[in-house]
Amino acid sequence: MTEIYVVLIAMLAAAVVAIEVKDLLAAAVAMGMVGFSVAIAFILVQAPDLAIVQIVVEILTVVFFAAVILRTTHTDTTVGKRLKQELVFPAVVYGGFALLFMVLACRVFSELPAFGEPVMRVARDYIAIGLQQTGAANLVAAVILDFRAYDTLGEVVVLFTAVVGVLTVVRRLGRKADKKPEEK
Amino acid sequence: MIPFLVCVLLFLFGLYAIVVKRNLIKMIIGFCFMEYAVNLFFAFAGFKREALAPIITDPDMARNFVDPLPQALVLTAIVIGLATTALMLALAMRIYAKYKTFDITEIRRLKG
Repeated sequence: MTEIYVVLIAMLAAAVVAIEVKDLLAAAVAMGMVGFSVAIAFILVQAPDLAIVQIVVEILTVVFFAAVILRTTHTDTTVGKRLKQELVFPAVVYGGFALLFMVLACRVFSELPAFGEPVMRVARDYIAIGLQQTGAANLVAAVILDFRAYDTLGEVVVLFTAVVGVLTVVRRLGRKADKKPEEK
Repeated sequence: MIPFLVCVLLFLFGLYAIVVKRNLIKMIIGFCFMEYAVNLFFAFAGFKREALAPIITDPDMARNFVDPLPQALVLTAIVIGLATTALMLALAMRIYAKYKTFDITEIRRLKG
Protein backbone atom coordinates (compact mmCIF):
# COMPACT_ATOMS: atom_id res chain seq x y z
CA MET A 1 0.00 0.00 0.00
CA THR A 2 2.99 2.38 -0.20
CA GLU A 3 1.96 3.62 -3.67
CA ILE A 4 -1.22 5.11 -2.29
CA TYR A 5 0.68 7.10 0.35
CA VAL A 6 3.03 8.50 -2.31
CA VAL A 7 0.03 9.56 -4.40
CA LEU A 8 -1.70 11.13 -1.39
CA ILE A 9 1.40 13.11 -0.40
CA ALA A 10 1.74 14.40 -3.98
CA MET A 11 -1.94 15.32 -3.86
CA LEU A 12 -1.58 17.34 -0.64
CA ALA A 13 1.55 19.13 -1.94
CA ALA A 14 -0.24 20.06 -5.17
CA ALA A 15 -3.23 21.28 -3.14
CA VAL A 16 -1.00 23.65 -1.14
CA VAL A 17 0.58 24.95 -4.37
CA ALA A 18 -2.83 25.47 -5.98
CA ILE A 19 -4.09 27.50 -3.03
CA GLU A 20 -0.99 29.65 -2.50
CA VAL A 21 0.48 30.29 -5.99
CA LYS A 22 0.13 33.79 -7.47
CA ASP A 23 -0.53 32.85 -11.11
CA LEU A 24 -4.12 31.61 -11.47
CA LEU A 25 -3.30 29.46 -14.51
CA ALA A 26 -0.63 27.70 -12.45
CA ALA A 27 -3.23 27.23 -9.71
CA ALA A 28 -5.59 25.60 -12.23
CA VAL A 29 -2.81 23.26 -13.40
CA ALA A 30 -1.96 22.35 -9.80
CA MET A 31 -5.65 21.66 -9.24
CA GLY A 32 -5.50 19.33 -12.23
CA MET A 33 -2.63 17.51 -10.55
CA VAL A 34 -4.75 17.06 -7.43
CA GLY A 35 -7.61 15.67 -9.54
CA PHE A 36 -5.38 13.23 -11.42
CA SER A 37 -3.81 12.10 -8.13
CA VAL A 38 -7.36 11.37 -6.97
CA ALA A 39 -7.90 9.36 -10.17
CA ILE A 40 -4.72 7.33 -9.51
CA ALA A 41 -5.85 6.76 -5.92
CA PHE A 42 -9.19 5.47 -7.29
CA ILE A 43 -7.30 2.95 -9.44
CA LEU A 44 -5.25 1.85 -6.42
CA VAL A 45 -8.39 1.23 -4.33
CA GLN A 46 -9.87 -0.94 -7.13
CA ALA A 47 -12.39 1.58 -8.46
CA PRO A 48 -11.73 1.68 -12.24
CA ASP A 49 -15.13 3.23 -13.09
CA LEU A 50 -14.45 6.13 -10.76
CA ALA A 51 -10.96 6.59 -12.21
CA ILE A 52 -12.33 6.82 -15.77
CA VAL A 53 -15.02 9.34 -14.81
CA GLN A 54 -12.59 11.33 -12.65
CA ILE A 55 -10.06 11.65 -15.51
CA VAL A 56 -12.73 12.88 -17.97
CA VAL A 57 -14.22 15.28 -15.43
CA GLU A 58 -10.80 16.59 -14.39
CA ILE A 59 -9.80 17.35 -17.97
CA LEU A 60 -13.07 19.25 -18.47
CA THR A 61 -12.67 21.12 -15.18
CA VAL A 62 -9.14 22.27 -16.02
CA VAL A 63 -10.30 23.31 -19.51
CA PHE A 64 -13.15 25.35 -17.98
CA PHE A 65 -10.76 26.98 -15.51
CA ALA A 66 -8.25 27.75 -18.28
CA ALA A 67 -10.99 29.20 -20.49
CA VAL A 68 -12.23 31.49 -17.70
CA ILE A 69 -8.73 32.56 -16.64
CA LEU A 70 -7.61 33.29 -20.21
CA ARG A 71 -10.68 35.45 -20.72
CA THR A 72 -10.18 37.37 -17.48
CA THR A 73 -6.88 37.73 -15.63
CA HIS A 74 -3.82 35.64 -14.82
CA THR A 75 -2.65 37.17 -11.59
CA ASP A 76 -4.12 36.72 -8.17
CA THR A 77 -3.84 40.26 -6.81
CA THR A 78 -4.62 39.14 -3.28
CA VAL A 79 -1.45 37.02 -2.82
CA GLY A 80 1.52 38.60 -1.10
CA LYS A 81 -0.30 41.50 0.50
CA ARG A 82 -0.37 41.73 4.26
CA LEU A 83 -3.24 40.00 6.01
CA LYS A 84 -5.97 42.61 6.15
CA GLN A 85 -7.82 43.39 9.35
CA GLU A 86 -11.10 42.01 8.06
CA LEU A 87 -9.48 38.63 7.35
CA VAL A 88 -8.14 38.05 10.84
CA PHE A 89 -11.55 36.99 12.12
CA PRO A 90 -12.18 34.37 9.37
CA ALA A 91 -8.63 33.04 9.83
CA VAL A 92 -9.10 32.64 13.59
CA VAL A 93 -12.52 31.03 13.17
CA TYR A 94 -11.08 28.70 10.52
CA GLY A 95 -8.18 27.71 12.77
CA GLY A 96 -10.50 26.87 15.64
CA PHE A 97 -12.86 24.93 13.39
CA ALA A 98 -10.01 22.99 11.73
CA LEU A 99 -8.62 21.94 15.11
CA LEU A 100 -12.06 20.84 16.36
CA PHE A 101 -12.76 19.04 13.09
CA MET A 102 -9.48 17.11 13.21
CA VAL A 103 -10.05 16.03 16.82
CA LEU A 104 -13.61 14.90 16.11
CA ALA A 105 -12.50 13.15 12.89
CA CYS A 106 -9.84 11.21 14.80
CA ARG A 107 -12.44 10.08 17.34
CA VAL A 108 -14.91 9.07 14.60
CA PHE A 109 -12.29 7.19 12.57
CA SER A 110 -11.25 5.19 15.59
CA GLU A 111 -14.82 3.82 15.71
CA LEU A 112 -15.21 3.30 11.94
CA PRO A 113 -14.13 -0.04 10.47
CA ALA A 114 -10.41 0.17 9.70
CA PHE A 115 -9.09 1.09 6.26
CA GLY A 116 -9.27 -2.04 4.08
CA GLU A 117 -11.95 -3.87 6.10
CA PRO A 118 -15.41 -2.50 5.19
CA VAL A 119 -18.62 -3.91 6.70
CA MET A 120 -20.47 -4.30 3.35
CA ARG A 121 -23.88 -5.21 4.79
CA VAL A 122 -25.88 -3.78 1.87
CA ALA A 123 -23.32 -4.62 -0.78
CA ARG A 124 -23.37 -8.31 0.15
CA ASP A 125 -26.77 -8.70 -1.54
CA TYR A 126 -25.76 -6.63 -4.54
CA ILE A 127 -22.70 -8.81 -5.08
CA ALA A 128 -24.64 -12.05 -4.54
CA ILE A 129 -27.67 -11.37 -6.77
CA GLY A 130 -26.53 -8.45 -8.95
CA LEU A 131 -25.63 -10.52 -11.98
CA GLN A 132 -28.78 -12.68 -11.92
CA GLN A 133 -31.20 -9.79 -11.30
CA THR A 134 -29.77 -7.11 -13.58
CA GLY A 135 -27.59 -8.96 -16.06
CA ALA A 136 -24.83 -6.38 -15.60
CA ALA A 137 -21.36 -7.84 -15.13
CA ASN A 138 -20.15 -4.53 -13.72
CA LEU A 139 -21.73 -4.30 -10.27
CA VAL A 140 -21.24 -0.52 -10.07
CA ALA A 141 -23.30 -0.14 -13.25
CA ALA A 142 -25.87 -2.55 -11.77
CA VAL A 143 -26.20 -0.34 -8.69
CA ILE A 144 -26.44 3.05 -10.42
CA LEU A 145 -28.68 1.96 -13.30
CA ASP A 146 -30.91 -0.60 -11.60
CA PHE A 147 -30.88 -0.87 -7.80
CA ARG A 148 -30.54 2.89 -7.31
CA ALA A 149 -31.86 4.21 -10.62
CA TYR A 150 -33.88 6.97 -8.90
CA ASP A 151 -30.64 8.29 -7.46
CA THR A 152 -29.28 8.56 -11.00
CA LEU A 153 -32.50 10.24 -12.14
CA GLY A 154 -32.01 12.85 -9.43
CA GLU A 155 -28.43 13.33 -10.57
CA VAL A 156 -29.60 13.92 -14.15
CA VAL A 157 -32.06 16.55 -12.87
CA VAL A 158 -29.29 18.35 -10.96
CA LEU A 159 -27.00 18.14 -13.99
CA PHE A 160 -29.71 19.53 -16.27
CA THR A 161 -30.44 22.37 -13.86
CA ALA A 162 -26.75 23.27 -13.61
CA VAL A 163 -26.31 23.22 -17.40
CA VAL A 164 -29.38 25.45 -17.85
CA GLY A 165 -27.89 27.76 -15.20
CA VAL A 166 -24.54 27.95 -17.03
CA LEU A 167 -26.24 28.66 -20.35
CA THR A 168 -28.40 31.35 -18.73
CA VAL A 169 -25.40 33.05 -17.17
CA VAL A 170 -23.07 33.01 -20.19
CA ARG A 171 -25.52 33.60 -23.06
CA ARG A 172 -25.00 36.68 -25.22
CA LEU A 173 -28.55 37.99 -24.96
CA GLY A 174 -28.10 38.64 -21.25
CA ARG A 175 -24.88 40.51 -21.88
CA LYS A 176 -26.58 42.89 -24.34
CA ALA A 177 -29.45 43.61 -21.96
CA ASP A 178 -26.83 44.23 -19.29
CA LYS A 179 -25.05 46.89 -21.35
CA LYS A 180 -28.07 48.88 -22.50
CA PRO A 181 -28.83 50.73 -19.24
CA GLU A 182 -25.17 51.88 -19.05
CA GLU A 183 -25.26 53.38 -22.55
CA LYS A 184 -28.28 55.54 -21.81
CA MET B 1 -6.82 5.29 9.36
CA ILE B 2 -4.13 7.50 7.78
CA PRO B 3 -5.83 7.60 4.33
CA PHE B 4 -9.02 8.83 6.01
CA LEU B 5 -7.08 11.58 7.78
CA VAL B 6 -5.52 12.64 4.46
CA CYS B 7 -9.06 13.10 3.12
CA VAL B 8 -9.91 15.29 6.12
CA LEU B 9 -6.72 17.29 5.53
CA LEU B 10 -7.61 17.89 1.87
CA PHE B 11 -11.12 18.91 2.97
CA LEU B 12 -9.62 21.41 5.41
CA PHE B 13 -7.30 22.82 2.71
CA GLY B 14 -10.37 23.40 0.56
CA LEU B 15 -12.21 25.01 3.47
CA TYR B 16 -9.18 27.24 4.09
CA ALA B 17 -9.29 28.45 0.49
CA ILE B 18 -13.01 29.22 0.78
CA VAL B 19 -12.94 30.95 4.16
CA VAL B 20 -9.61 32.81 4.20
CA LYS B 21 -8.68 33.42 0.51
CA ARG B 22 -10.06 36.52 -1.16
CA ASN B 23 -9.77 35.48 -4.81
CA LEU B 24 -12.91 34.01 -6.39
CA ILE B 25 -11.01 31.49 -8.54
CA LYS B 26 -9.08 30.27 -5.49
CA MET B 27 -12.37 29.84 -3.64
CA ILE B 28 -13.77 27.74 -6.50
CA ILE B 29 -10.57 25.63 -6.47
CA GLY B 30 -11.09 25.15 -2.72
CA PHE B 31 -14.65 23.99 -3.36
CA CYS B 32 -13.31 21.43 -5.88
CA PHE B 33 -10.85 20.18 -3.26
CA MET B 34 -13.64 19.63 -0.76
CA GLU B 35 -15.51 17.60 -3.39
CA TYR B 36 -12.44 15.50 -4.14
CA ALA B 37 -11.88 14.89 -0.45
CA VAL B 38 -15.40 13.58 0.09
CA ASN B 39 -15.28 11.42 -3.06
CA LEU B 40 -11.94 9.98 -2.03
CA PHE B 41 -13.21 9.30 1.48
CA PHE B 42 -16.12 7.26 0.11
CA ALA B 43 -13.84 5.27 -2.19
CA PHE B 44 -11.47 4.58 0.72
CA ALA B 45 -14.35 3.57 3.00
CA GLY B 46 -15.39 0.88 0.51
CA PHE B 47 -11.89 -0.45 -0.06
CA LYS B 48 -11.16 -4.04 0.94
CA ARG B 49 -7.66 -5.45 1.09
CA GLU B 50 -6.74 -8.21 -1.38
CA ALA B 51 -10.08 -7.75 -3.18
CA LEU B 52 -10.85 -7.15 -6.85
CA ALA B 53 -12.73 -4.38 -8.64
CA PRO B 54 -16.49 -5.27 -8.63
CA ILE B 55 -16.66 -6.58 -12.19
CA ILE B 56 -17.79 -10.16 -12.73
CA THR B 57 -15.63 -11.66 -15.47
CA ASP B 58 -16.73 -15.25 -14.88
CA PRO B 59 -20.11 -16.24 -13.31
CA ASP B 60 -18.45 -18.95 -11.22
CA MET B 61 -15.60 -16.82 -9.88
CA ALA B 62 -15.04 -16.29 -6.16
CA ARG B 63 -16.74 -12.95 -5.44
CA ASN B 64 -14.15 -11.24 -3.33
CA PHE B 65 -14.93 -7.66 -4.36
CA VAL B 66 -14.48 -4.18 -2.93
CA ASP B 67 -17.74 -2.48 -1.89
CA PRO B 68 -19.57 -1.37 -5.09
CA LEU B 69 -22.11 0.83 -3.27
CA PRO B 70 -19.88 3.81 -2.33
CA GLN B 71 -18.39 3.67 -5.82
CA ALA B 72 -21.85 4.00 -7.35
CA LEU B 73 -22.69 6.94 -5.08
CA VAL B 74 -19.41 8.72 -5.83
CA LEU B 75 -19.84 8.21 -9.57
CA THR B 76 -22.91 10.44 -9.54
CA ALA B 77 -21.29 12.92 -7.14
CA ILE B 78 -18.28 13.46 -9.45
CA VAL B 79 -20.50 14.43 -12.39
CA ILE B 80 -22.61 16.76 -10.24
CA GLY B 81 -19.36 18.33 -9.03
CA LEU B 82 -18.36 19.15 -12.59
CA ALA B 83 -21.72 20.81 -13.27
CA THR B 84 -21.66 22.95 -10.12
CA THR B 85 -18.04 23.97 -10.78
CA ALA B 86 -18.99 25.06 -14.30
CA LEU B 87 -21.88 27.11 -12.90
CA MET B 88 -19.60 28.79 -10.35
CA LEU B 89 -17.00 29.57 -13.01
CA ALA B 90 -19.67 31.11 -15.26
CA LEU B 91 -20.82 33.34 -12.39
CA ALA B 92 -17.20 34.29 -11.61
CA MET B 93 -16.68 35.25 -15.25
CA ARG B 94 -19.78 37.45 -15.12
CA ILE B 95 -18.60 39.08 -11.88
CA TYR B 96 -15.22 39.81 -13.48
CA ALA B 97 -16.90 41.35 -16.52
CA LYS B 98 -18.76 43.74 -14.20
CA TYR B 99 -16.13 44.58 -11.57
CA LYS B 100 -12.80 43.84 -13.40
CA THR B 101 -11.45 42.00 -10.36
CA PHE B 102 -11.67 38.64 -8.60
CA ASP B 103 -10.88 40.16 -5.19
CA ILE B 104 -14.01 39.72 -3.06
CA THR B 105 -13.19 42.68 -0.80
CA GLU B 106 -13.06 44.98 -3.86
CA ILE B 107 -16.31 43.52 -5.16
CA ARG B 108 -18.00 44.26 -1.85
CA ARG B 109 -16.64 47.81 -1.86
CA LEU B 110 -18.06 48.55 -5.31
CA LYS B 111 -21.59 47.45 -4.33
CA GLY B 112 -24.53 49.84 -4.68
